[in-house]
Amino acid sequence: MTKNLRVKTSKFIDETYKISFKFNGTTYYGYKGDTLASALLASGLHLVGRSFKYHRPRGIMTAGSEEPNAIVQLHKNTSRTEPNVRATEIEIYEGLEASSQNCWPSVNFDIGGINNFLSPILPAGFYYKTFMWPASFWEKYEYFIRKSAGLGKSPTEPDPDIYEHKYIHCDVLIIGAGISGIIAAKTAAKNGYKTLLVDEKPYLGGSTIYQNSDHFKINNQISSSWLEKEINEIKKIENLKIKTRTSVAAYHGYNFLLARENLTDHLPLGQRKDKTRQRLLKIRAKKVISATGSLERPLIFNNNDRPGILLSSAVEKYANFYGVACGEKNVLFTNNDSAYETAISLYQKGINIEAVIDNREEIDSKLIKEIEKNNIKVYKGYTVVDTSGYKRINKISIMQLSKDGQKVTGSKISINCDCLGISGGWTPAVHLFTQSGGKLKFRDEDQVFIPNIYPSDQISIGSCNGDFTLNEILSNVPKNLKEFLNIKKTDYENLEVNSSFNKSKRNIWLLPSDKIIGKTKPFVDYQNDATAKDIKLALREGFRSIEHVKRYTTTGMGTDQGKLGNMHALGIISETAGSKMGELGTTTFRPPYTPLTFGTIVGRNVGEYFDIFRKTPIHECHLKNKAEFENVGQWKRAWYYPQNGESMHDAVQRESKAARDSAGILDASTLGKIDIQGTDASEFLNRVYTNAWSKLAIGKCRYGLMLNEDGMVYDDGVTTRLGENHYIMTTTTGGAATVLGKLEDYLQTEWPELDVYLTSVTDHYATVSVCGPNSKKIVSQVIPDLDFSDENFPHMSFKNTKIGKIKCRVMRISFTGEHSYEINVQANYGKSLWEKCMEAGKQFNITPYGTETMHLLRAEKGFIIVGQDTDATMTPIDLQMDWIVSKKKYDFIGKRSLYRSDTIREDRKQLVGLLTENPDEVLEEGAQIVADMNKLPIEMLGHVTSSYYSPNLKKSIALGVVRGGKNMMGQKLIIPMEDKQINVTVADPVFLDKENKRLNA
Amino acid sequence: MFVINCPYCGEREQSEFKAGGEAHIVRPKQPTELSDDQWAEYLFMRKNIKGVQFERWVHTHGCRKWFNVVRDTSNDLIKAVYKMGEKPPTK
Ligand SMILES: [Zn+2]
Repeated sequence: MTKNLRVKTSKFIDETYKISFKFNGTTYYGYKGDTLASALLASGLHLVGRSFKYHRPRGIMTAGSEEPNAIVQLHKNTSRTEPNVRATEIEIYEGLEASSQNCWPSVNFDIGGINNFLSPILPAGFYYKTFMWPASFWEKYEYFIRKSAGLGKSPTEPDPDIYEHKYIHCDVLIIGAGISGIIAAKTAAKNGYKTLLVDEKPYLGGSTIYQNSDHFKINNQISSSWLEKEINEIKKIENLKIKTRTSVAAYHGYNFLLARENLTDHLPLGQRKDKTRQRLLKIRAKKVISATGSLERPLIFNNNDRPGILLSSAVEKYANFYGVACGEKNVLFTNNDSAYETAISLYQKGINIEAVIDNREEIDSKLIKEIEKNNIKVYKGYTVVDTSGYKRINKISIMQLSKDGQKVTGSKISINCDCLGISGGWTPAVHLFTQSGGKLKFRDEDQVFIPNIYPSDQISIGSCNGDFTLNEILSNVPKNLKEFLNIKKTDYENLEVNSSFNKSKRNIWLLPSDKIIGKTKPFVDYQNDATAKDIKLALREGFRSIEHVKRYTTTGMGTDQGKLGNMHALGIISETAGSKMGELGTTTFRPPYTPLTFGTIVGRNVGEYFDIFRKTPIHECHLKNKAEFENVGQWKRAWYYPQNGESMHDAVQRESKAARDSAGILDASTLGKIDIQGTDASEFLNRVYTNAWSKLAIGKCRYGLMLNEDGMVYDDGVTTRLGENHYIMTTTTGGAATVLGKLEDYLQTEWPELDVYLTSVTDHYATVSVCGPNSKKIVSQVIPDLDFSDENFPHMSFKNTKIGKIKCRVMRISFTGEHSYEINVQANYGKSLWEKCMEAGKQFNITPYGTETMHLLRAEKGFIIVGQDTDATMTPIDLQMDWIVSKKKYDFIGKRSLYRSDTIREDRKQLVGLLTENPDEVLEEGAQIVADMNKLPIEMLGHVTSSYYSPNLKKSIALGVVRGGKNMMGQKLIIPMEDKQINVTVADPVFLDKENKRLNA
Repeated sequence: MFVINCPYCGEREQSEFKAGGEAHIVRPKQPTELSDDQWAEYLFMRKNIKGVQFERWVHTHGCRKWFNVVRDTSNDLIKAVYKMGEKPPTK
């Protein structure tokens, strides 16, 4: 039994293109050009949701992005369903399915509506006061609150749509394509600026484009016709780009803005396939012109939230733009001339108007005269004191306002209506301006905040700058543009403008009622159900700062950030607290201006592109070997190679054993490699490593430890002297980039006199490490031309050689304690080098091993891993590596810190080995270490840093840091676990081959 | 996100750079001759001004050069950039 409230055709609606859609399960029809809201209103439906706290029935309130009530859930499909969509913004398409968000179990029967009757005991701060205690009850409350509050449903499956990011650089960005924005765009573009014009709506021209009254003329044309010609002109300008359906979400410093461009949301579902749904534009503009317009203010009176109560400007837009009457018995309620514009539009379209209620007593303007001329009753000096109608407004009561506007007098008059359009004047949309860091000033005459101090090269023009009337816009905007764009002349000089608008306004933040405030419900924030009463209560309870009042009452904290009611909240606070509006400040508007989808924010960075990763040149071989990978920094490193369904433990045990028994092979390409050249290279290494480098012979390798200036271990690795003034440094995999950065920092800022050049060559080489007693036999086959005898090629030395025609660098160095070689070739030969080694090693059961086995093998030898056994609080002395700290060198990074009073403390945490009483018991890394379980509180001495079961020693081994551990050798300690205590003995951290015999085996 | 005028490359997005803390803190030439307190002064003590601050920045994803920036930390406005070793602007 839906009605048809379409009135006269609108040129913005294509009535030949009928669209069916579903709302709360019922099928409705609309036309191309409709929003969900306009199509529902055309069917006579106002009630679209329930309020957040009291579950009061709520209807469509606005016709734009500031909508607080008509928030819907789109799509049933679990992967595409989307909450918090404003019905006033979503354009209907064939197949659209939407449902009310804030209601349970249904919009017509809402269990939470009971809160409305309980509302006397649900005042501001109720949730804070009640549900916070006892804390254990929160879970129970939460279930019902969440369920009945209906905050919308998130999708349960991954988003199937495509999103992307795009960078845009322009000379001038114009936000908002209303009349001011259009004038700005044409002026900027015609003067040679590369210009971008964006607007959140699907069409250009703002509210002027559907303004059809004789009362507003430019050069003797109705303003909309004049503007239409301007729009047609700017569409032809080459250096002007126009983007509609593009909403600026954030305005950051240095004119960096984020905008969301909606590309497919308005298309029928079938036409969206393989298209980008939304695009996040990252705009860097040299100059920004905000022409964001203004938002109509509601009026705050008792029961001002019933379905059927809309902003007057919304009623006008639904009539003029969508050709929809919001009601059959319309009343307008206003404190300024705007509502008369609406009244004239309705009258022109033949829509019935019962009356206009005006707060102002002595008023006179052409607009009012025209209304009165048509026998529409205007109640001057009146206010609405109450409304009735549960699911739709059906009656209002009005009374006369006292002279001071604080009381009502006389007798009550009732007027029947099914729609009430309200207008409290206009608030400049300064949200983006304040986001950018701009400072506002308060203009007393019409009680608005307008831009005052601009933090970047930007300007606000038109109604967002407080120029509300057509006259003001057309005289001020061109002036502002000339100055801002540094130009002499615009196309908009000497325009003849006729506007019947009278600027007078009677601003009363909270309109009085015949009832005491405690018995009224004047809503300030519709979405969060905050009333004027709540704000007054907060002030009574001692809150003063606007930011505190906001959080306590939740005013302005909904998804609409209180776009409608924030000014009233401020006004009520200032009146009640007796402070001046301008001194009170405003709450902070934060990005995004309107909600963004996660998809837009993430763009293409999903799935495997979520975080980029690096593969070694040998990666394919690991895949073929069915490796499991682990992330090390950005690298994917082979972790272990399970065979025939082996567990990780079994694989690591097998790999570890094979490496020591015969031969293992490791992809070491990820280690950082820095090429160091220059006449001061040796001196440089002396300064950055703890040990001495000057005497290292060419062709020799040395292990080095690098500290931070605070004396803590930072990185380690082997550096090889390739020539007189040429070294190659290796770093840890994770430290490669930061080590290079740190070295460059010292070279450029502290030691610019040193002749040293650093080049990262990590990606240029592939590195294959072959270790184990049979390693020599294997590499001799791979590189037959090289003499691998111990005399020619001893441990810690280096050879430049060739495999066929391929140059390679071979180091005989070891991180496992085994006889071991590292072969480096140009990265693109890495795979074939690996394959050659595997081929040559076949007869020796050469076994690929991953990072886990590497860690186990080095732990058997007590070699540290920076970042695992150290944590930026460990000095080399703490690590029992005194041997690597040169006593002779005058200085190196971190030296002075090694004898600060804190670093020489005996009871610092020191690295020790740990052996469990039961050799089969493997400790948990990270487990706490204590000595005495009886003295409370239990003193924590340290923790386990590395722990493995060693297949070669056939027992559990661990490394840990223990306070004063250096002097605890042989002492028994305890690892307390959840269900048991594990007894351990402090041991030498070198568990295997203390004499290093295996290096030359 | 601000724009930094690298003295070697020109204007680039902030995301190409990394901040390196307070500028004009010179590493002592003879650390071993300093008391713990004197060393700690160099090592740990940094200003954290609300207002105009002299800072080090490096063009990590560009020329990799370190340079100095004069920035107002209250609004991120950059007053000046100058190379390492150059004198800071006086006004
Ligand atoms: Zn640069």
